[in-house]
Amino acid sequence: MAGSNPNAKPMDLTLKVWRQKDRNSAGSMVTYPVVGISPDMSFLEMLDVLNEDLLRKGEEPIAFDHDCREGICGMCSLFINGRAHGPESGTTTCQLHMRHFKHGDTITIEPWRAAAFPVHKDLVVDRSAFDRIQQAGGYISVNTGGVPDANAIPIAKSIADKAFDAATCIGCGACVAACKNASAMLFVSAKVSQLAMLPQGKTERKTRVENMVAQMDIEGFGACTNIGSCAAECPVGISLENIAILRREYISATATSENLV
Amino acid sequence: MNWFTKTFSSTIGRKIIMSITGLFLCSFLVIHLIGNLQLFYTDGGEAFNVYSHFMGTNPIIRTMEIVLLLGFLFHIYDAIVLTRRNKASRPIGYANNRPEENSPWSSRNMGLLGTVILVFLIIHLWNFFVPARFGGLEPIVVDNVEYDNLYIKVVQSFKVWWYVLIYVLAMVALAYHLIHGFQSAFQTLGLTHKKYTPFIQKFGYAFSILICLGFAIIPLYFFFFFEL
Repeated sequence: MAGSNPNAKPMDLTLKVWRQKDRNSAGSMVTYPVVGISPDMSFLEMLDVLNEDLLRKGEEPIAFDHDCREGICGMCSLFINGRAHGPESGTTTCQLHMRHFKHGDTITIEPWRAAAFPVHKDLVVDRSAFDRIQQAGGYISVNTGGVPDANAIPIAKSIADKAFDAATCIGCGACVAACKNASAMLFVSAKVSQLAMLPQGKTERKTRVENMVAQMDIEGFGACTNIGSCAAECPVGISLENIAILRREYISATATSENLV
Repeated sequence: MNWFTKTFSSTIGRKIIMSITGLFLCSFLVIHLIGNLQLFYTDGGEAFNVYSHFMGTNPIIRTMEIVLLLGFLFHIYDAIVLTRRNKASRPIGYANNRPEENSPWSSRNMGLLGTVILVFLIIHLWNFFVPARFGGLEPIVVDNVEYDNLYIKVVQSFKVWWYVLIYVLAMVALAYHLIHGFQSAFQTLGLTHKKYTPFIQKFGYAFSILICLGFAIIPLYFFFFFEL
């Protein structure tokens, strides 16, 4: 295997995993031993190994979210050893490798915990609250027609860079999971500030922030107390400055928009 | 709901009220500390008693006293509403959680620190404000005018070891509350920018330490170094 370390010794680990049959059942932490884990495996591959063992024994495999497995899609989650996406900064769970753990370690694996993210099954949570916030205003309305010239609307490089930095949010929900208040402020701020900075987003700017914040509150996320755990645990490094931008957008929108209710 | 109540009952709106009242209460701390420093005059309390008489009778100060009370009430009310909401946002906690890896302790315990400060505030008001306003102090004559001798009440109180201890511990709690709260207020108001945020953070840190140190030195001075 390319990049593998021939001297790496396989590890035996103890996993404590949250098991929950469905949304309406009570769950609990269940202990599983895993043996012969290669340090070159990703965390999700390690769970695949465990699931194959469970299937062979005729037990129900552990349900967990995953898709691209290269840190782009935002599908994987997992609260590993008390940290969203595990102990490494700037990575998603799928990018976390087993070489960051030691032979004999006990690893706790829990789902994101938030009232707005109910557990579907085991480690899978329902993150459709994020979709509803996006549907409340996280888009621009574009009429169909000919493809516009790429340079028709000039955008300063500094603005384009900042908007792009905000746009790197993959919507995984680690910010909510890490936040003491289960607040979605970092996610919402990334979406709002990305569009507020760009000319294409200015048309719906005021109504967007009002509606997205209202939807965020309806979904039952907590309030932001500027603790900073969200940005510290964010796998793509969304900055806290976006939250300040969200507040500016919200204050100026509510003071000047045409919406009386 | 109209736009006004909708804005100020939103999670962002309530935090805006927290930040504005918090910064207003910071300005009160500055005035209060400057006034208190007159306790260090070695004039038998003359300057401090004249000052406290002024603070208790001047109509502008008395009006600001009501504004100050409202500042406290809004700050505490929104803190309670937000804390209840935030607790409800995570009904099932983590079996293993390591928030110390990603955030400072004081930022996660503002409610606890605020409660300590509130308990202290009630003790403090009962000890000094209530007798000063509603009677119970000895009279003292300065330049043929009779004043309430609040100075002697302060000196006597700060000879009680447990009161000095409560005072100093409360100032430690206040310092931690301000270390997070001061810079957090600017972030809440959207006033974060690479041009001035580093200054706000440093200033807020120094402000928190110096103000609380200033308050804490007063009971320690009277307890250890002052003879009646």
